[in-house]
Amino acid sequence: MSFLTSIVQGGLLGGYYAIVACGLSFMFGVMKIINLAHGVLTILAAFALWAIADKLEYDPFLALIVVLPAMGGLGWLLQRAILERSARSGELVPILSTFGLAIVLENTLFEQFGADTRSLAPYVGSLSYDSVDLGAGVRIGKLAILTFVVAVLLLGGLQLFLIYTHLGRAIRATAEDPETVELVGVNSRSVNAIAAAIALVTVGLAGLFLGLRTSFDPYAGSMQLIFAFEAAVIGGAGSLWGTLAGGIVLGIAQTLGAHLHPQGFLLAGHGAFLLVLMGRLYVSGPHFLFFRRAKLG
Amino acid sequence: MSDNSQISVERWNNLSVSVAIMVVVLFVLFAVTPMFVSEAAVDKLTILFIYVVLAVMWNALAGYGGMISAGQQAFFGLGAYLTIRFSEWGIEPYVALVISALLAGLSALVISGIVLRLRAGEFAIGMWVIAECVRLLVNLDPIIQGDTGRSLIALSALDPIERRELTYWISLGSMGLSLGVTFILLRSQLGSSIQAIRDSEEAAASVGVRVAATKRILFVIAAAGCALAGGLWLATFTTFQPRSFFGIQWSAYMIFMVLVGGIGRFEGPVLGAVIFFLIERWLGGTGVWYLIALGLVALIFSLFLPKGIWGYIEDRFHILLLPVGYRIRAPIVTSGESAHPGESSHNAQVF
Repeated sequence: MSFLTSIVQGGLLGGYYAIVACGLSFMFGVMKIINLAHGVLTILAAFALWAIADKLEYDPFLALIVVLPAMGGLGWLLQRAILERSARSGELVPILSTFGLAIVLENTLFEQFGADTRSLAPYVGSLSYDSVDLGAGVRIGKLAILTFVVAVLLLGGLQLFLIYTHLGRAIRATAEDPETVELVGVNSRSVNAIAAAIALVTVGLAGLFLGLRTSFDPYAGSMQLIFAFEAAVIGGAGSLWGTLAGGIVLGIAQTLGAHLHPQGFLLAGHGAFLLVLMGRLYVSGPHFLFFRRAKLG
Repeated sequence: MSDNSQISVERWNNLSVSVAIMVVVLFVLFAVTPMFVSEAAVDKLTILFIYVVLAVMWNALAGYGGMISAGQQAFFGLGAYLTIRFSEWGIEPYVALVISALLAGLSALVISGIVLRLRAGEFAIGMWVIAECVRLLVNLDPIIQGDTGRSLIALSALDPIERRELTYWISLGSMGLSLGVTFILLRSQLGSSIQAIRDSEEAAASVGVRVAATKRILFVIAAAGCALAGGLWLATFTTFQPRSFFGIQWSAYMIFMVLVGGIGRFEGPVLGAVIFFLIERWLGGTGVWYLIALGLVALIFSLFLPKGIWGYIEDRFHILLLPVGYRIRAPIVTSGESAHPGESSHNAQVF
């Protein structure tokens, strides 16, 4: 694999990271909660798609029609039953409750599906290994291109939604100040629940592309959470397009790392994350809070 | 108003003095226990002591410093790895264990430069990334042989009975040390800063508490304590496997113990560790259901009883077994001079 190919493939991998980071970043932007169950929920969506594809022999893309609304409903429930209540006890309690939820979910998945690794790739024909020749010896996968295009559409769509729709404006206003929006007739509880639903719909999408790109098992969630977090931080979370940039940087660092050393993939990704973090702390001084600064949209 | 001389500040009372004496007696009893019980019981108690160390350290970090970490396994694993590394270089394993804990504390001092700037959930996942980095770096050491792991070979040179008892006593000592250090720390002047940060970081900073420095001290102590626990776990089970020592389940256990016992209370993590230890004895064999139950209990406590069992008892019955704060005791005012006679009869608790 040539150096140039690594960079192009790494950049496209960033498309997947943008999709998986989008929900995490969005939820933090609105509710100031970092959901530690984010990664496990991605795996849950992937298993749901796999189960439908395997048992009912539906195309995973078609299965989205069922899984995305279900994830949305789950997001609404998550906000109402867990996040809202734990956020009332302070900013630390949601970390504990979402961590507890993650443990419950991943072990329930293990109980249900066992330790076997699964993949959605067998259910989509040749999509996962078809590739396009770009010339100069660079070949890239069709799936990687599709993922990247979906990431751009998702982020762009979300941005347009936040800017131009009534609900989008209500979400941005709630993110600014949940008490004040109540004064102008916005029900911030409902808005938060809807925002959580939207976040989990993007998690459903992330589950699809995770399953198409690679194999997964019940405990693969923590890595997805870490990747999502790293992409969001590198890009300066809260900013949707920053998430894409962060994903691209993470993807390129990982593929180049893998190029250099068999264990380099993960280390290079973490290294890039820590370097960006240190750089930003150095620039912004001691009171830097990367998530707080960012405005939604 | 009532005479000022009648208001006294209390740091101990009869109950807490007798509890403190009982704790010392309990430690002496624990110290001689190996002479009277079976080898299996000694092993179990060793495990319990290690759990207490982990819970007390995680509570110091989260309960007092407001730092919820999902990555303390970084130091747990590092302590175990360094112990192997040094013993391979010919250092006595138990000496290696202590050096490793100190070195892990030193590494925490370096890491703190980055991670302590992160807040709340950012810090939690940031620490998780650190744990992953440490695991991957440890994997690069050829003696670890990837996920196969490595045994603490030097231990097999020792007599098994002697080894078991030595590990037991060091674990007991570590538990005493972790409890003693936090107790003294919390009762010192720094303790007031720490407890102010626990209640509100912003408010503490506004009255001149050096938040960053205080958090750093807690972070380093917690790292060294977790590394000590990791080294002791290795001494108990002899084999080091990166995946299990750097596993996220350690964070889950620590969160469970502290959350159930009572976060931000001195006695809470001890109670939590005992409960966790008992649950593991009963349900540990059920594998995945056991983990589901742990997660579910943690979730339920965070939603409905965020102060944990000890926090509930303390609030409900005003019991302070080992007080780390100040209690202001004012006499009951019977005359009508005071505007709120009823209120002044309570013991105001200033933590």
